[in-house]
Amino acid sequence: MCALCGVLGGSEHWTESASGAGLGSPATNATTRRGERMRRVQAANRVLSFYRLQLADWQGSTYVLSTATGKSELVDNLSHLWSVAEQLTGQPCDPLDPALLNWLESTT
Amino acid sequence: MSPEIPEFTPVNLITGFLGSGKTTLLNRLLADPHLADTAVLINEFGEVGLDHHLLERIDERTVLLQSGCLCCTIRGELAEAIKDLQSRRARGVVPPFRRLAIESTGLADPFPVLTTIHAEPVIKHHFRMGNVITTIDAVNGTRHLERYSESVKQLAAADRVVLTKTDIAEPAKAARLVERIRAINPTALLLRAAEDTFDAETLLGGDAFALANKSEAAQTWFAAELREAEEDHRHGAHDASDPNRHGKDIEAFALIFDTQLDWVSFGVWLTMLLNRHGEKILRVKGILHIAGSETPVAIHGVQHLVHPPVHLRSWPDEDRRSRLVFIVQGLNRRDIERSLAIFLGVRARYAEAVA
Repeated sequence: MCALCGVLGGSEHWTESASGAGLGSPATNATTRRGERMRRVQAANRVLSFYRLQLADWQGSTYVLSTATGKSELVDNLSHLWSVAEQLTGQPCDPLDPALLNWLESTT
Repeated sequence: MSPEIPEFTPVNLITGFLGSGKTTLLNRLLADPHLADTAVLINEFGEVGLDHHLLERIDERTVLLQSGCLCCTIRGELAEAIKDLQSRRARGVVPPFRRLAIESTGLADPFPVLTTIHAEPVIKHHFRMGNVITTIDAVNGTRHLERYSESVKQLAAADRVVLTKTDIAEPAKAARLVERIRAINPTALLLRAAEDTFDAETLLGGDAFALANKSEAAQTWFAAELREAEEDHRHGAHDASDPNRHGKDIEAFALIFDTQLDWVSFGVWLTMLLNRHGEKILRVKGILHIAGSETPVAIHGVQHLVHPPVHLRSWPDEDRRSRLVFIVQGLNRRDIERSLAIFLGVRARYAEAVA
């Protein structure tokens, strides 16, 4: 894992430092923040289902990534997510992989 | 903390290949009265701290890094040196400097320096990255870019490129190097040390954080002029992926989006891309029109690292389209374009990035 994933740094990941509603200022509005987390989980799951993985929000503070057989890992943010996903599946999660892209196109 | 000390002290990295004029540039900068309150960290390479002896302004604010290459010692000694400075400043042992300049060794990949500022738990609460300044010498620069990947990474990470020794280089050779520099990093401001008169503000000001308050600064920050390519242009002689043009499969290109982008999907896509291909994405820089946001968001990343996004107060001009510039090595532009389009459900238009 690279040190930038912010695993030690907590909740200041770049994807969460800005919300759609109030980008640039911390998303202090709990409803907005919560809604954005839900949408983030949804968007990630669209991709993760290709690898038979599922992401869930855990208490609005972290995420849980699970395999189809029930193995779970906590992930702090999206950068952390992909490295854990690769560990759990034992394969690269590559957004440029034509098989993934064809599958996403066919399911959209 | 003293009110004179900024909440986040900007850190400027001065990088460049061996003998490319980093120290000369630093000397020139430090002569500028505006930088009287800058602390300087230089790297001592080998037994004799040559850089040390060449620097004019060595005082209690200069800390020599003792163990050779910054790159290898990054989370140790660089972090300790910065924390030590921070601690001494807080205690009033050193004057309250408002900026920190780090001169890296010529062989260093700038990336670990950036990550230390960004990720070290103590440092990230007191410091932020400012512009990266890269020196390239007009006599040897072409050879360095061809032979050493560090040189390419230094150039790709640059916000300001200072071309040195143009007074002693063959003009034709220097002109070819300029073309090469602009092809590899079209978003950086290019200055010539011998001919251009520039001050510290030109080099250090107008960084990504300054964008939040000065929307017109975005044009300087985003120096590349995006020239939309004709469809047939893509496959023609000027194709940016033409290895003869850039060499070593480095490609700088821009994607333009007419529609607004979804921030959440963009985050999912870019984190996934950087996790797998971060070391090949030398740079990503963009101004995005995010759905639900009236004003644009500036995004800025080097390899695996993405800086905190900055919300601009207003659009810099009439153009409301999202623009993303990538500098990649060994990745196919069309693959990135297709992936982004599918993940975000938008269609991108390719543009050649021209400085």
